Amino acid sequence: MIVQLFFSFIKVGLFSVGGGYAAIPLIRNQIVDVHGLMSLEEFTDLITIAEMTPGPISINSATFVGTRLAGIPGAVLCTLGCILPSFFICLALAYFYYKYRQLGGVQKVLSALRPAVVALIASAGLSILLLGIFGDAGVAPENLRVVECVLFAGALYALRKYKLNAIQIIFGTGAAGTLVYALL
Amino acid sequence: MREKESKGTILWKLFKATFGLSACTFGGGFVIVSLMKKKFVEELGWLEEEEMLDITAIAQSSPGPIPINASVILGYRMAGLAGTAAAILGTILPPMFIISMIAVFYAQFRENRLIATALQVMRAGVAAVIFDVVWNLAKNVCKTKRALYITLMIVSFVAAAVLDISAMLIILVCLVIGLMDAVTPVLRKQEKKGRVSE
Repeated sequence: MIVQLFFSFIKVGLFSVGGGYAAIPLIRNQIVDVHGLMSLEEFTDLITIAEMTPGPISINSATFVGTRLAGIPGAVLCTLGCILPSFFICLALAYFYYKYRQLGGVQKVLSALRPAVVALIASAGLSILLLGIFGDAGVAPENLRVVECVLFAGALYALRKYKLNAIQIIFGTGAAGTLVYALL
Repeated sequence: MREKESKGTILWKLFKATFGLSACTFGGGFVIVSLMKKKFVEELGWLEEEEMLDITAIAQSSPGPIPINASVILGYRMAGLAGTAAAILGTILPPMFIISMIAVFYAQFRENRLIATALQVMRAGVAAVIFDVVWNLAKNVCKTKRALYITLMIVSFVAAAVLDISAMLIILVCLVIGLMDAVTPVLRKQEKKGRVSE
């Protein structure tokens, strides 16, 4: 079964273009539909956990499925399967990128991609901000969480004014927010 | 890149940096990419901003998890194959550790309100980091003063945030526009030559 899991996650790694959310249906297909290793309910829980804990969603799912079904060796194999296609494909792309990126034509194409990437990062930032200040209940005035709004504004101010690093900011807001909610 | 750093130091720093970033990234791949930009461009000064954006575009367009893709390219750039291995290891160890713990203590984890609160409020911090990164990036796109790039940025944002169009499609369209932009001057030159020879 472990070998089967390994190959399942190689498929997931190979066919999920566009990040974690693209991988979820593929993992579901392999784990729930094709091999019947988990119930749909278990799988939904898994996705919730993969989303709320740190780390890439597909790596989280791979580790969770692997641990649940075959312990630590399962976790290692599933993760390995998930990253193996990335490893070879991106290594090749990196090689070509660094070989040809100085060419004028390539530069022009890349310059047109950069604004799109900035926009995509901004869009991701917006959705996590909405999740942060409205919670999982959805965007509506009555769901607005004042504590998180203050934390966001404070964190942004601290970042621009004192040049703190990302990890300090994230764990700082985590600690401050938990403390406030504990006291409330 | 500072040349005086030995390869060992670079590998260790690469591992430490990706480990730290992976341990505190929530949500999709673009979150970790903006943290990487902050770390590797602003803090360590290892990469140019444009380079980080290119890496992001490649990571997004290739199959597999975006953070892993970005780690592979970043590691390769800093220290070749050994760098790739160090960056991948740094990226997968925190989630593997955290998730295998959770897989075992699953029920307790789901019931714990303190953990749920901490995870919820941390999103505000993550959002602040991304906004800080985006602010700097957007400023630099505007500094190019090319209407094409600024328009592409605004249109892409509307497409992604409002119209919910997939990142893949947006990158593809911009790729085509970039190709056309690269080819146009060549075509014009040929056209001129053609006229002269007539």
